[in-house]
Amino acid sequence: MQDNLQSSSYKELEQKSKYTNMFLRWFLYFVLILFASYFIFPLYVMVVTSLKTMEEIRQGTLLTWPSSLNFDSWLVAWGGRGYGAGDTFLRPYFWNSIKMVVPAVFFSTFIGAMTGYVLTKWRFKGDQWVFLFLLFGCFIPFQAILLPMARTLGTLGISNSVVGLVLVHTVYGIPFTTLFFRNYYISVPTELVKAARIDGAGFFKIFFKILLPISAPIIVVTVIWQFTQIWNDFLFGSTFSFGEAAPIQVALNNMVLSSTSVKEYNVDMASAIIAGIPTLIVYVLAGKYFIRGLTSGAVKG
Amino acid sequence: MKTLKIEELSKNFGTTEVLRKINLEIDEGNFLVLLGPSGCGKSTLLNIIAGLETINEGNVFIDDYNVSKVEPKDRNIAMVFQSYALYPSMNVKENMIFGLKQAKTSKEKIEEQLQKVSTFLQVDKLLERKPSQLSGGQRQRVAIGRALVREPRIFLFDEPLSNLDAKLRVEMRREIKKLHQQLKTTVVYVTHDQTEAMSLGTKIAIMNHGVIQQNDTPEIIYNKPSNTFVADFIGSPSMNLIKGKIIQNSNNISFIAEGSTFEVPINNYDFKEKSDLNNKEIYFGIRPEHIYFKKLNEDDFDINLRADLSEYIGHEQIVTLDYSNQEILAKFPSTIKIELEKEMKLYFDLKHTSLFDFNTKERL
Amino acid sequence: MAFFFKSKLNILMFKWLEKNLPKIVMAPAVGLIGWFVYGFVLWTLYISFTNSKILPKYELWGFGQYEKLWASRKWLISVDNLLVFTALFLIFCIVIGIILAIFLDQKIRAEGVLRTIYLYPMALSFIVTGTAWKWILNPTLGIQKMFIDWGFENFTFDWLVNREMAIYTIVIAGVWQSAGFVMALFLAGLRSVEDEIVKAAKIDGAGLFTVYWKILLPMMRPVFFTSFVILVHISIKSYDLIVALTQGGPGISTTMPALFMTQAAFHKSQVGLSAASAMMMFMAVAAVIIPYLYSELRRENAR
Repeated sequence: MQDNLQSSSYKELEQKSKYTNMFLRWFLYFVLILFASYFIFPLYVMVVTSLKTMEEIRQGTLLTWPSSLNFDSWLVAWGGRGYGAGDTFLRPYFWNSIKMVVPAVFFSTFIGAMTGYVLTKWRFKGDQWVFLFLLFGCFIPFQAILLPMARTLGTLGISNSVVGLVLVHTVYGIPFTTLFFRNYYISVPTELVKAARIDGAGFFKIFFKILLPISAPIIVVTVIWQFTQIWNDFLFGSTFSFGEAAPIQVALNNMVLSSTSVKEYNVDMASAIIAGIPTLIVYVLAGKYFIRGLTSGAVKG
Repeated sequence: MKTLKIEELSKNFGTTEVLRKINLEIDEGNFLVLLGPSGCGKSTLLNIIAGLETINEGNVFIDDYNVSKVEPKDRNIAMVFQSYALYPSMNVKENMIFGLKQAKTSKEKIEEQLQKVSTFLQVDKLLERKPSQLSGGQRQRVAIGRALVREPRIFLFDEPLSNLDAKLRVEMRREIKKLHQQLKTTVVYVTHDQTEAMSLGTKIAIMNHGVIQQNDTPEIIYNKPSNTFVADFIGSPSMNLIKGKIIQNSNNISFIAEGSTFEVPINNYDFKEKSDLNNKEIYFGIRPEHIYFKKLNEDDFDINLRADLSEYIGHEQIVTLDYSNQEILAKFPSTIKIELEKEMKLYFDLKHTSLFDFNTKERL
Repeated sequence: MAFFFKSKLNILMFKWLEKNLPKIVMAPAVGLIGWFVYGFVLWTLYISFTNSKILPKYELWGFGQYEKLWASRKWLISVDNLLVFTALFLIFCIVIGIILAIFLDQKIRAEGVLRTIYLYPMALSFIVTGTAWKWILNPTLGIQKMFIDWGFENFTFDWLVNREMAIYTIVIAGVWQSAGFVMALFLAGLRSVEDEIVKAAKIDGAGLFTVYWKILLPMMRPVFFTSFVILVHISIKSYDLIVALTQGGPGISTTMPALFMTQAAFHKSQVGLSAASAMMMFMAVAAVIIPYLYSELRRENAR
């Protein structure tokens, strides 16, 4: 074929690749770090701004480091100034969110686990259709149910309440939790269940004694996913509650939008950080489960 | 000029030594098989020859040119992988000419090569299909075609038959052997299957723990294994290794198995060193197929052993015998009736024995 | 005698329960979804055909609301914004996602750290994201001031309050939030390719660029589809981000369908119109999701 095995051209080949390799390597890191700055930039700005005084903010730029680490805005964002009624601060709404998230995550995860269990280990005719039926709930734009839901909550007397939000989040979490558990349980060999049935175990025993103990990974993924979705929700929170029962994202938005007095950007940033910290912590600690949830739920469709 | 020469090659992955001072040479047209259990380093060695792995120490020469630092594409080699590694988004034709296009070969030459190779391998009707639409055997032929089309100096095969079912494996093995006979290419072929190695190779290099145990023709490896590892690895069932020692006096050298008083004469054995043999602890090696139920040769030595078990495998049976409380196997035609739990007269073919030092495991 | 019958009944009941237990256990999920998803969507559909204003009316009015909808300037702006946003959002997220995935696939030293950095925006709510970017894009104190203070005296960056450009600020914030997700998908996809294919390509003489462009990326078609579907879905549902960043302004220049729907129902007392807009959104999502689910299920069954 080609007679390119001349010993002199080897040296050229070796050298050329060494230099291009080095150049490419540097280019690679440069681009990656460039993008990393794009992603880090807002976080940096948020933190730094929240630690400055309004004077400093007006004088410096987005990037300027605060002259001292002033946590006043954080305290104001969290607990307010104590002036009176006009003052919004995050603390009560933070707890609203907690009171809403914990039950909603629990119920939606539990129902999803049981439903996923039935769909994969107690097959019946048409179970694929049932799964599809439930799966569809992952995709609907929630605008299509806002109106009837608002009426229903009103009729049940739980509109503008944490309980109402728990109901909403539980119900609309079910398609996702079912998806996660169904995809996980489908890869658990049916022989396990068959062996248990031969041993005489019944429906619930099999679930609690056999499947649940090996479900830790998917439970973590589901809980993290649900926690993040529900904590970060704004649409349901703002539509179905206002005032005292509002969850934290709604409160955050209200605080930022209020144009009552001089805009306090440092308080705004502190509030945003407080609203974002829980999910951010979850992500930093259990990030790989978070990603697993994203990719497995998405790729498996 | 050797087509491939490997000199003092060593390779580490971190602190693990995967290849230790490998030395190897092949002449043109040879079919060298790298044989060994998983983890012995054979695939690493193949990847190094291809240029896909770096070298820690030593050199690789192709046609006497030092290619140790040369990119795979410039080494004039081609490789067939275990999973065939056909590009899924391209059809057969695109798969086969991809390498030629990368090398900026002229359109006419590409067409010419494609025609030649695809008709030769009988894949010319499959050119428009995608890999997912091919059967296992077809995929392998396309993978071979992709390699052939580049007319390389050396063909590298990385366990190409391991993914096939038993029947297809035997068929494809034969096709590869036919190909080699027709094209007379130089091949380096990695496998862990000793039957494949024995049937395909003109030379076999058996490896274990990163070291070449023996590098010879199949016949020599079969008849004169250089250590117990090779003796045990080759043959199905593998060679019997009976523990015992040598008794040497002025006129006789004999083997006595452990726990026995029975002497087996080994005077005509081709010892490397005839001194210091007395009381030497050894393994006495004899293959199951060299234990006969009736005397076939002049020098066959008779011995009475008790038969304990017989496994029928079609035209043969594998009989488990007790030799002084050591289990050995013999291969007989299945037409012979074996009485179990009774002693029978057997004949050892002394021309086909191997003796190994008990401690060094090396051939005496 | 009675005791005998009672225990027989118990056994029968028990047997029936056992046989139907799976279906019973599934009932809550199916029932809730059936009612709160399918039932509610149908209700909204019905209302979209009525002349409901503040409260729902149940007399049918034909397609009146839909005519009103498509005659509404605000709605047309919403749809236009949605198309522009979706196109840019898709392109930037996918291009950036692929680039980051390919670069990270090169055995980078700080891969874990970088991955965390690219993905953490997904953990934040759109409100937090919107709030942060709103500050960054603040016309007087944000980026504009930063560049001016650095010496570029005539630098302006008032996109946030500029009717023409405001929509692009939403793209910037949205891409910031979601590009990492696309990267995660593509990285997983690239890593799932067996390395024998890359080895074969190297032997065939393909350089790094060719390996990705001609071999690996074409193999990523399923990932492209998944990303496309999910990104379009996120885009159609955009609400939180718009509320936090621009409230649909300046004026109504960045309004989007989701915003239109909420405002029509709760601020303008136009429940029927709102329902019609919600159904339009529903159909847009269905148009993308249904073919996707269909092809996915077919693939799963073909295996």
